[in-house]
Amino acid sequence: MTLLKINQMEASYGAITALRGISIEVPERSIVTLLGANGAGKSTTLKCISGVVAPRSGSIEWQGKEIAGRSPNWVTRNGIAQVPEGRRIFKDLTVSENLIMGAYTRKNKDEINEDLEQVLELFPLLKERSSQLGGSLSGGEQQMLAIGRGLMARPVLLMLDEPSLGLAPIVISDIFEKLLKLNEERGLALLIVEQNMKLALKVSHYGYVMQLGQVMVEGTAEELREDKKVYESYLGAPEKSP
Amino acid sequence: MLGQLILSGIATGSLYALTAIAVVLVFRNTRTINLAQGDFAMVGAFLGIYFLKQLGFSYYTTVLLVVASTTLLGVAVEWLIMRPIAKSDWLTLFTATIGVFYILTGVMGWIWGRDTKAFPVNFDPTPIDLGGALISMGHLYNIGWALAIGVVLYWFFNHTKQGIAMRAVTDDPEIAHLMGIPVKFIVMLTWGVAGFIAGFVGILIAPIIYVSPEMMDEVLVKAYVAAVFGGLYSIRGAVIGALMIGVAENLAGGYLDSSLKTSTAFIMIVVLLAFRPQGLIGVQKRREI
Repeated sequence: MTLLKINQMEASYGAITALRGISIEVPERSIVTLLGANGAGKSTTLKCISGVVAPRSGSIEWQGKEIAGRSPNWVTRNGIAQVPEGRRIFKDLTVSENLIMGAYTRKNKDEINEDLEQVLELFPLLKERSSQLGGSLSGGEQQMLAIGRGLMARPVLLMLDEPSLGLAPIVISDIFEKLLKLNEERGLALLIVEQNMKLALKVSHYGYVMQLGQVMVEGTAEELREDKKVYESYLGAPEKSP
Repeated sequence: MLGQLILSGIATGSLYALTAIAVVLVFRNTRTINLAQGDFAMVGAFLGIYFLKQLGFSYYTTVLLVVASTTLLGVAVEWLIMRPIAKSDWLTLFTATIGVFYILTGVMGWIWGRDTKAFPVNFDPTPIDLGGALISMGHLYNIGWALAIGVVLYWFFNHTKQGIAMRAVTDDPEIAHLMGIPVKFIVMLTWGVAGFIAGFVGILIAPIIYVSPEMMDEVLVKAYVAAVFGGLYSIRGAVIGALMIGVAENLAGGYLDSSLKTSTAFIMIVVLLAFRPQGLIGVQKRREI
């Protein structure tokens, strides 16, 4: 079944058009990636879904319901959480306070504590540092905290904006391993925006390649890996050998 | 004499500190330099006299009612005046609070007159003898209250969901919004907390400085000087600054000349701004972000 279905969505910032009618689908329990160079509109797409930006036209269907223009509060309450670009954890809040803020929209304290335990189990490093300030963590730890904060909303779909940006390869593979585990074991759907195409196509099931606010190519990860056009739209020139 | 001066300095300093905390809270969540913070307390002091003398309520009922009223006053100012212009630049916001300042001063003067009034005290005014030093109960009483309010605020900001959310909004309002935190509500709550603090300050300071529409003007300026010690951002910095001002002005008044008392805070701020314009304490962390 389709979880999220975006149809002909357009968005603009003032006079600048950021999205020119894109259509994207995220099936249940799937990992979908949005690829593309800077300014392709990937982050804007996530912002429209999370409710930070209202699309100018088009529709966003979430579990069969139209949600375009809903507030981030509503979106978070209804199963979509986001891990923002550049982590953006609360630096002056402790690790556990950061996690609690991820669950702000939830009411059931027992469930929240349960999830807190689970997140700390998933990221044992965070458990050790639970009373440290977020700003004192390393980049990789901050990314884990940002993901943990997203998970605290108990989402059905977790959106990640450039999760690998600025992290060491070993940390990246650790984080993606955890994400795959969440997908396989709990059926958490993932919508990942990545500039690191190789990495993204390795973990995801399906991908969309965006350029200047449009979807240029889409296909399964396998198809996209083989498609020369993908490299072209990405880098402006064909890659010599994959 | 030194002990007495320091203790009474800490006593007034702790009221500057509470006001400075409110100033910092509002500033860092809304970019608003709130000139009306002192007047929230002034309104509280007038209401206190009204509840105690006119209506004959007990002291603690009065405290409760005054704090509830000033909390609502803070919320109302946010909702009616600050929210519609929330997206404006800092100068517009600041100017609006000047408006609130004059409205409150005018309305209170209109209702209760411009002459100063004495505020009934809730303790035995005879000083107690502590190893040769005469200690006024009023000072101990104010320090005790200020500490208790400090503990309540600490608990609120570190152990309640809304308190932590308020700090999250300070930290990164955009991401707080993304997490589903209702930023507008949190801003309203921030003004409510500022009013809550002001209610206590009004009642505690009234027996010391008498009640009049202008009673808080000098206190507010000193609280701002204290807040600048923490770069208008750090609560710890503001509290330390406030206690330093309270003690320093008392020492200057006691040993040099009583007319120097008020100038002390301003000498301190001029020196501070000349050497450390970013504030003295607790702002380094923010710079790194």
